[in-house]
Amino acid sequence: MNHLSLIIKREYLTKVRNKSFIIMTFLSPLIFVGIFALVAYLSSLNSDTVRKISVLDESGLFVNEFKSSPHLQYKLLRNISLPEAKKDAESQEMYGLLYIPKIDKLEDLSKKITFYSEDSPSLSLMGDINDLLENKVNTLKLKEAGIDSETIKNLHINISANQETFKGKETSKLGSGLKLIFGGLAGYLLFMFIIIYGNMIMRSVIEEKTSRVIEVIISSVKPRLLLLGKIFGTTLAGITQFVVWVVLILVLMTVVTSIFGIDPASATPSQQVLDNSVNGGTQQILQDVMMEINNLPITNLIIMFILFFVGGYLLYASLYASVGAAVDSETDTQQFMMPILMPLILAVYVGFFTVIDNPHGTVSQVFSYIPFTSPVVMLMRIPFGVPLWQQIISVLILFASFIAMVWFAAKIYRVGILMYGKKPTYKEIFKWLKY
Amino acid sequence: MEKLLVVNNVSKTYGGYKALNNASIEVEKGSIFGLLGPNGAGKTTLIRIINQITMPDTGSVFLDGQPLQPHHIKDIGYLPEERGLYKSMKVGEQALYLAQLKGLSKQEAKERLKYWFDRLQIGDWWDKKIQELSKGMAQKIQFVVTVLHKPKLLIFDEPFSGFDPINANLIKDEILKLRDDGATVIFSTHRMESVEEMCDHIALIHKSNKILDGKLIDIKRQYKSNTFEIGLITQDHASTSAILKDKFEIFPATFKSINNELQYKVKIPESVSPNDFVSYLTSLGQLTHFVEVVPSASDIFIETIQKN
Repeated sequence: MNHLSLIIKREYLTKVRNKSFIIMTFLSPLIFVGIFALVAYLSSLNSDTVRKISVLDESGLFVNEFKSSPHLQYKLLRNISLPEAKKDAESQEMYGLLYIPKIDKLEDLSKKITFYSEDSPSLSLMGDINDLLENKVNTLKLKEAGIDSETIKNLHINISANQETFKGKETSKLGSGLKLIFGGLAGYLLFMFIIIYGNMIMRSVIEEKTSRVIEVIISSVKPRLLLLGKIFGTTLAGITQFVVWVVLILVLMTVVTSIFGIDPASATPSQQVLDNSVNGGTQQILQDVMMEINNLPITNLIIMFILFFVGGYLLYASLYASVGAAVDSETDTQQFMMPILMPLILAVYVGFFTVIDNPHGTVSQVFSYIPFTSPVVMLMRIPFGVPLWQQIISVLILFASFIAMVWFAAKIYRVGILMYGKKPTYKEIFKWLKY
Repeated sequence: MEKLLVVNNVSKTYGGYKALNNASIEVEKGSIFGLLGPNGAGKTTLIRIINQITMPDTGSVFLDGQPLQPHHIKDIGYLPEERGLYKSMKVGEQALYLAQLKGLSKQEAKERLKYWFDRLQIGDWWDKKIQELSKGMAQKIQFVVTVLHKPKLLIFDEPFSGFDPINANLIKDEILKLRDDGATVIFSTHRMESVEEMCDHIALIHKSNKILDGKLIDIKRQYKSNTFEIGLITQDHASTSAILKDKFEIFPATFKSINNELQYKVKIPESVSPNDFVSYLTSLGQLTHFVEVVPSASDIFIETIQKN
């Protein structure tokens, strides 16, 4: 055990002191926040511009419909011809000119309205204008048919079915959504972590071979211990980097948002619309969300998240380690990458399609026991309620597979060491296991 | 003599390839044992088995009378032929790390490293990275790391490769000194002159089999052919040559000499003693040169391999 801590310490210190590691640790958050700030800045620039639009309404139907807003100003033209209106719009550098001709029947409007502009107009603007016109025309049509808009409003009834389990526990759509978000987030985090740090472990395992220090090391410690030490040491370095990232990003974000006065939410325009429309309801939604979160089995989730995250990561890390053990230079690793990533991708697919569709179906259940997919699939299932014994069995399988995987990697390593300069085939690796 | 290492009938097969076939060796305490053989003969396999890097299929290995066990790792110092160090680590840190893996405490390791670094005059390398050192310099570090934990058994696989003659000599003297201090050394090399100089005992492995084993002196005795190199000044070289040719098996010889003499290697039958041969030669003329031809390690190596 003393050896193990020595190895972990060396691996950790070597990683952490590595120049490129240090640079990436501090540069990544800067880049991330920089890009965020840039996007936020650009989109705020975009929404600051005021668009002016001339409207020539010869039908006279829409005179009261065009209400200017801070970003969009309408200028109603009267008593001029279309060519004059065009000239006028162009000379005053208007964004565009909306032309509504005189018509006999309302139906004719559907094809006859034209929007003139310098370039192609923005899609969202055109959507807004079309909606506005359509609403008005529809109201007019209804009036023609003898129905006033008040009656229509009263006719419309929203349905939202209450959800309740047989045991009387209330469930809700919002809750399901939250559960999915939790599962998805956990899966995504695991995925990222594996891809970023798995490679690091692989390279670290190859290190002894390229520097030829391997025989000296291996005559001092067991390969299993060396691999375990490498996996743990590199993982700790990874966690360090990840923590630095999170902290730095949070700090930088706070700084950036306070300096530029950017509301993070404003980066997404649709959010703005939502805010306006349900301004009064925001409080209500927040309350609902909090309640739903309270309804989730929080302790269970957190404990299982940690167990599955650690177990899943270690399992994949040991897979990467065995690839490192099988080859002796990084260029030879390509052919082994696919088989590692496939189960991970499969897990995400099963998680997002099957579990969402039916959290407790056979497929979901089976995949939540298979160690390569269980970290993602089981984590997504747990919020929907999985008996504790099932969770425990799945965790045990996961950790047992990790140990087995390290043993397997050590086997390959022991033999792989002794063969320099030859790219192994799968058949050979299989043979090595029997040595 | 007490045996430090006993290897009994060890065999090892890789896939379908027999790397070692029923090999046995015994290494006496305090001796230098030369493990010889052509490339790919199975020397490294045997060394790896002794180091517990690979396990033998059959056979057993005893160190100091005990069957080989994991804790014996700290009793063995191994300098592999394929060797290297962590390139981006500092010399001192690296040496400390490797020493601690061999079971030394940090304090102990530091003290001993200081001793060795001073001894080999490499003290000021402590904070350098391996990648800043030359190959020979790195080899010195590697040597220090191998012997630092004062193992009972030292195994050197081609210890002199990468050294200039001065440093090779330095390392040779260090190995001899370690032997004098009580360590036992197994020594694998292709440099026959160092075998000649250093080894007490040799074993020759060829095509996975041990084909020769014994004290170097005994083997030399066994391989000597009763042949003598002679120089003889006579009245008539031609007739004397004819007489010698008639009586003995002779081979041409050339050695540096100030005389104009007959130079031959002469093989004499077992029945003739060297003394009688000398008296006979003096009767033919003036004897200027008389040396017994002793086979060199290199001769023995080549002859044995070719015979098999």
